[in-house]
Amino acid sequence: MKIRDVVGIIEGDVVCGHELLDKEILRGFASDLMSDVLTLDTDDVLLITGLSNTQSIRTAEMSDINCIIFARNKKVNQEMINLAKESNIVLIECESSVFKTSGKLYNAGIKPIF
Amino acid sequence: MYFEFDIEGGDFSKAGYASSQLKKILKQLVGDHKIVKRTVVALYEAEVNVVAHAFSGKVIINIDTDKIEIQVNDKGPGISDIQLAMKEGYSTASEKVREMGFGAGMGLSNIKNNSDEFYLSSEVGLGTKLTIIAYLVKE
Repeated sequence: MKIRDVVGIIEGDVVCGHELLDKEILRGFASDLMSDVLTLDTDDVLLITGLSNTQSIRTAEMSDINCIIFARNKKVNQEMINLAKESNIVLIECESSVFKTSGKLYNAGIKPIF
Repeated sequence: MYFEFDIEGGDFSKAGYASSQLKKILKQLVGDHKIVKRTVVALYEAEVNVVAHAFSGKVIINIDTDKIEIQVNDKGPGISDIQLAMKEGYSTASEKVREMGFGAGMGLSNIKNNSDEFYLSSEVGLGTKLTIIAYLVKE
C-alpha cells in the first residue's frame, strides 16, 4: 500500500515528506517504547506511536523506517520536522488513538511484523 | 577512517547525532544495508545510554576494510553489576529517560545483539567503556 493511501484511511495530516507519498508500506508496528522499535530487523515498516519527540525520529532514522504516524492527536515540532526531512521520513499527525489507527490499517491490509 | 564525537550527559536533543553521522558515512562505504542498520542501532542505543546515565562521553569510530570498531567511553557513575545490567528488563533509568521512549532495560542486550563482538567494562564512580565490532566481511 502506498503511504498516500494510508493517509486517506486514517484521515491523517501529512506534516512533511509530501514528495514521498508514493512509497510502498508493507508492515506496521505500534509502540511508544523506542527500545522495542530498535529491536526490529524488518524493512518497509510504518511506525504508529504516541511518543512525539526527537527520539522517535532518530529511532526511525536508525531503523530504516520511512513513515511515522503520530496518533492520539500528538503534534510534531519544528526540530522533529527538520530531522525527518534530513532522513526522508514522512510524518503524519492523526487524531485517533493508536488502537483505532492500527485497527483501520490492519483491516486495510497492512501486515503485522509478528 | 577515524572519527570522534562528544556526547553530553542529560542532553537528549543531541542523542543520535553520532549514529546519524555514522549512518551517512556507512551508506557510502558498505553495500549490505543490514550491517549498516545493525551498527547504527547499536551505536544509537549506546549514545542514549550515555545521555541517560553519564556526565559526558566520547565516541571513537575506526572503519577498516574488514571491520568497524566503535568505542563509547563515558565519565559517570559506572555500572556496579554488569551481569545484572545486561539482563533484559533491568533498568535504573529516570522518569525523564522513560518519557523519551527508553529505559526499559533493553539497551545493552540490543547493543550486544546488533554487534559481532561486544566488550563492556566499568569502574563505579569513574565511568564505563563499551567496545563493539561489526565485521564487514563474513567468514
